[in-house]
Amino acid sequence: MTTRTSASDLILRLYLAIFFIYLLLPLAVMGIATFNTSKFPTVTPWLGTTTQWFGALMADNQMWVGLTNSVIVGIAVILISVPIGVAAAMLLDGVHRRAKSMLYAVMVSPLLTPGVIIGISTLVFWDRLGVKGGLHLSVIGQSSFIIAYVMLMVSARLQRFDRTLEEAALDLGGTHMQVFRRILFPYLKPAVFAGAVLAFFQSFENYNTTLFTRGTDVTLTVYIASKVRTGLTPAVNALALILIAITIAGAIAYEISRRQAAAEAAAAKKRAAEADTMAELKIA
Amino acid sequence: MSELVKRYGLGITTAMVLVTAFWLIVMVVLPALVMVEYSFHTNVPVTKRGGPEDYYTLDNYLSLVRGTDWSTWTFPNDFRVFLRTIWGAALVTLLSLVVCYPVAWYVAKLAKPQRAAMLLLLLVIPFWVNEILRTFAWYIILAYQGPLNAALLGIGILEKPVRWLSGSGGVLIGMVYAFLLFMMFPLINAIETLDMNQVEAAEDLGAPWWQIHRRIVIPHAKPGIAVGCIMVFVLAASSYIVPSLLGSPGTRWFTETIYVWFFEGQNWPRGSAYAFILLGLCVGFIMLMMRIFRVGLADIAK
Amino acid sequence: MSRDVELDHVTMRFGDFTAVNDVSLHIKAGEFFSFLGPSGCGKTTILRMISGFMDPTGGAIRIGGQDMRGIGPNKRPTALIFQNLALFPMMSVADNIAFGLEMRGVDKAARRKRAEELLDLIALPGSGDKRIDELSGGQKQRVAIARALAVEPQVMLLDEPLSALDLKLRQHMRAELRAIQRRTGLTFIYITHDQGEALTMSDRVAVMSRGRIEQVGPSASIYDAPETPFVATFVGENNVFRGKVTAAADGLARVETPAGVLLGRNARGMSVGSDALIFVRPERMRLDPADAGDNRVTRPVAHLDFEGSFANLVLSAPEGSPRPILVQLANDGRLGSLQPGAERTVGFAPADGLVLPAGELAKD
Ligand SMILES: Nc1ncnc2c1ncn2[C@@H]1O[C@H](COP(=O)(O)OP(=O)(O)O)[C@@H](O)[C@H]1O
Ligand SMILES: [Mg+2]
Repeated sequence: MTTRTSASDLILRLYLAIFFIYLLLPLAVMGIATFNTSKFPTVTPWLGTTTQWFGALMADNQMWVGLTNSVIVGIAVILISVPIGVAAAMLLDGVHRRAKSMLYAVMVSPLLTPGVIIGISTLVFWDRLGVKGGLHLSVIGQSSFIIAYVMLMVSARLQRFDRTLEEAALDLGGTHMQVFRRILFPYLKPAVFAGAVLAFFQSFENYNTTLFTRGTDVTLTVYIASKVRTGLTPAVNALALILIAITIAGAIAYEISRRQAAAEAAAAKKRAAEADTMAELKIA
Repeated sequence: MSELVKRYGLGITTAMVLVTAFWLIVMVVLPALVMVEYSFHTNVPVTKRGGPEDYYTLDNYLSLVRGTDWSTWTFPNDFRVFLRTIWGAALVTLLSLVVCYPVAWYVAKLAKPQRAAMLLLLLVIPFWVNEILRTFAWYIILAYQGPLNAALLGIGILEKPVRWLSGSGGVLIGMVYAFLLFMMFPLINAIETLDMNQVEAAEDLGAPWWQIHRRIVIPHAKPGIAVGCIMVFVLAASSYIVPSLLGSPGTRWFTETIYVWFFEGQNWPRGSAYAFILLGLCVGFIMLMMRIFRVGLADIAK
Repeated sequence: MSRDVELDHVTMRFGDFTAVNDVSLHIKAGEFFSFLGPSGCGKTTILRMISGFMDPTGGAIRIGGQDMRGIGPNKRPTALIFQNLALFPMMSVADNIAFGLEMRGVDKAARRKRAEELLDLIALPGSGDKRIDELSGGQKQRVAIARALAVEPQVMLLDEPLSALDLKLRQHMRAELRAIQRRTGLTFIYITHDQGEALTMSDRVAVMSRGRIEQVGPSASIYDAPETPFVATFVGENNVFRGKVTAAADGLARVETPAGVLLGRNARGMSVGSDALIFVRPERMRLDPADAGDNRVTRPVAHLDFEGSFANLVLSAPEGSPRPILVQLANDGRLGSLQPGAERTVGFAPADGLVLPAGELAKD
């Protein structure tokens, strides 16, 4: 392959090692600090090993309030963004080229807008209508850009949709509603599901938009931020560790299911090929 | 439109259009317009809205730069914060690019497939971790009695511990760390599509490695670089959590200024004006990058 | 009259482009009717108008005497077999077949029963629970047909349904399709760019070019009595000589061509002085014609394509024609004498030559 000198090769490798240490060590330190008895989360000095901070976390009422609020907001965001995201993707797919690029630009603009600005504009707009800040406003603010994520995911799948399936169903006598329910929606389902998961995650970890719209309500991210500034203990690390563990477990589960689906598709393909040869033998 | 009706039927088409219109009009466009309109108002209590003290003014915008003395190079507080934010975000963007480029090159082209997949996984893991937690991790490391000082003292590089969290250094390190992967993935995607024959041909012709990157790889990766820079700059300029956790009063960020005008100064028009200025900054940067690197919106939203 | 399909001056424009131009036809109930034409000539467009995915910009389509304008595909008594079949990949074979019944609110047990009957009909008994991607190409084909039959349409519309299959399977499926059509007695409207398919299966064929119908008739008349230069060259091979009519009498016309004076049937009653083309099938050409009345052309041999029981002799193109002369020869054991470069005389009887007005030829 490439004939680079071993000296520059060595430097590159060294750099990579440093980079990945830089990338992962902070997370490791944060996790390890959970088990230090030190009241301030740190690994130096190590004052003794403990799991007491998990207990402290569980006993923290505010954490539970924040968690509950985050879950409520996340579910509400799913309920709003998924249907709208699907509708927007379908609309985008169906309009003509000129209108399409215009519509697309408007639809993705929230993704390029800073979260604080989305929060502020949502706050100011609804204040005009007499609606004060609170979780409901956070839901609306977050949804305004999370819909765009869902739209993009559904769009990507919709682009690969074979429209003759829709036409075939219509030709066989289905109403438009039946065709949507039996053909298009089942096809979109994986993207809709992935969109829902993404929407929840985006909502769950949102801070910037929530900060301006939350009124006096507290979500888990707001709780963590306030804890870090006032009253930081390794209980926050314990929370971080749990969240990271859940995320990684979810990711692995997703990866496994994806591989299984791929293997299944490959097996079906093989059976079809076998059926092909069988049919040929029969004719011959 | 008639084609939509033919495809989806009147009922579904109507629902689709209404729902999308609700999103774009009520949740995206109108709030932005109202915010902009708000920013031209004077700051009066609700009871006096529409009264004689409530009139349109440019004052909220002008107040950002009012008091600037270019001859002595002195700036009013908010303006100084604004300039620092631009400078800081630009620096973070540049640092991220420099830090990511060699890694992206290695993962996209040099590593064997299996190893590349492993490294990608390692890259993705921190990506999934909440921005606050990523920042918090650095808060622990950079603490006065934290592991970084301990390590540096231990190997004798430092004589006495450094207060990392009271200068701009902590904010910059934290931001590079928090947003780096938004640079990494576009870069990897862009470099991956490069045909290695070009590189080998150039090596054949005796080009040194830095010329190969300057003349072949970087021009090819331009769209990725543009997308990465846009993402990182916008995220950095509008970051709130990193400066608020890793900064100090002396290193305030423009988002913090906006927050203060909103919730401590109770001056929403001023806060709205500043938010609009921040939006202008980000849009300006995006347009600049799109112009320089000749990329479209569709490339960015991936 | 009940299930007849009528196209009455049907025209379809996409912007400035006319995809279907003033087509009028009367397709009778129970007929196997094919549209044959090169790709892009407007066949799919016609089928989509009949099935209701688009309405013509001009003219009318009637099924059973009723004007179909404004009636959606889900309300027409037609069923379309798509070019790519469009089987639903997320449903089982049985669910695919019973889909139309499900749409009509037929209950599950009845659907299952009907699906099984149809699976028997298409010789795939017991395959109801299979997944679509487990089927072979030919099996998919048959499932698509069963799915369309399930809704008991009056007219079946088929858009090049065999084009994705390999040659052997294609020929097998031709017979099967024809058999299903006979058994069900339904009207089949079939489109294809493959003349072999159209000629073997159909009661009548309409040959199309550039959105227009060139000729309609039974397979034999399309092949034996083409009415336009396009049909003459699109359906089967034909030798072409270009010239002017110098005499016309007794149903024959004398055409003066750069290759010599040739005599042929004056099927279209052309008058002296008009530009003409004279067509001869390769299998009607003779080497070294013996009969005194035969037309004769002498050209050097270009090459000989040996096919076993017969051979195609190719002579270099006559003056004024871009196309070489093709002669189909039975293998009489003496083909070895035909060496490239040697001048040979070939010819044909006047009754085997067809004189038509000059016009567009099909692309090779
Ligand atoms: N929806 C459409 N818009 C514009 N042009 C079309 C459309 N559908 C078909 N055409 C054009 O009409 C012509 C005939 O198409 P089609 O009926 O699909 O041909 P065929 O099936 O005979 O190959 C083609 O040139 C095609 O490009
Ligand atoms: Mg077609």
